[in-house]
Amino acid sequence: MTSADWVLVLAVFGACAVEMVEALTIVLAAGTSRDWRSALEGAGVAVAVLGLLVVTVGVPLVRYVPIDALRVVVGALLCSLGLSWLRKAWLRASGHKALHDEDAIFAETVAELATEGPVRRHRDAIGFAVAFKGVFLEGTEVVLIVISLGASQDRLGLAAAAAAAAVVVVVVAGAVVARQLSSVPENTIKLAVGVMLSSFGVFWIGEGAGVRWPGSDAFLIALVAVFSALSAAAIPWLRRTAPQPVEAAT
Amino acid sequence: MTAAMARGLRAFGRFWWDFLVGDTPELTIATLVVVAVAFALAPLHVLPVVAVPAVAVVALVLSAARGRVPRR
Repeated sequence: MTSADWVLVLAVFGACAVEMVEALTIVLAAGTSRDWRSALEGAGVAVAVLGLLVVTVGVPLVRYVPIDALRVVVGALLCSLGLSWLRKAWLRASGHKALHDEDAIFAETVAELATEGPVRRHRDAIGFAVAFKGVFLEGTEVVLIVISLGASQDRLGLAAAAAAAAVVVVVVAGAVVARQLSSVPENTIKLAVGVMLSSFGVFWIGEGAGVRWPGSDAFLIALVAVFSALSAAAIPWLRRTAPQPVEAAT
Repeated sequence: MTAAMARGLRAFGRFWWDFLVGDTPELTIATLVVVAVAFALAPLHVLPVVAVPAVAVVALVLSAARGRVPRR
């Protein structure tokens, strides 16, 4: 595997892990307060639909779209997503924005579902719908990242495998720690993924536009170093002007 | 039927707008500037290697500065 492949695997795995922690919180809430079978079915159907999206959108992209055009579009998408993930992670790490609190999200979702009426015996449509929506919405971003990174490097299978591995790890971890998902260092993972997505974005935009990066693919590592160093400097700078601690966001 | 389709399309459009632009339109614009700078400077050798990442870096710092909550 090349250095670009390793960065791809880490970026997809990290992005998928972060989004799946959020999705799993909703599935756990739906399962606990409604019906486990319906919640798991909802989550399973959502994962299947997301997988289908990767195959039906990703494969034709790789086969039929000219690689340079694809790299510019994909690079722009990754750059925009990566910069916004980095911005959010910086603001959260420095105290300008509340940290994501899975415990609070869990409690809020359970409270909302408790007001939705009695649970049906065989199939609970509400539990199914809430779990489906949670997994599908959180997973859409992952699908976009898998397709973008996979298609631009012609490594769709590798990107999909990294995402699938993250799903398995998060589900197993979720089963073990159950409701203690708040202990996952979500913002740190988000920061690392933001660095990688931004680096990939800038790199592919340049490649597609015809920029000759020194060292070719190895320049990706230099971009990762630039965005990492920038983050290391920016967070303390932002922290100096941070207000009093804010309450956790849901 | 038509009204339902229009509602669906609006919701679809809103979803993608929130997803891709959200509350940081400046980063979407910055990305388009990165693309434009990359194409404009690509024929040169050294300048795009510095300028393309620099545009992204400056945009990110300015956007984060804009997102700060003022100290009370």
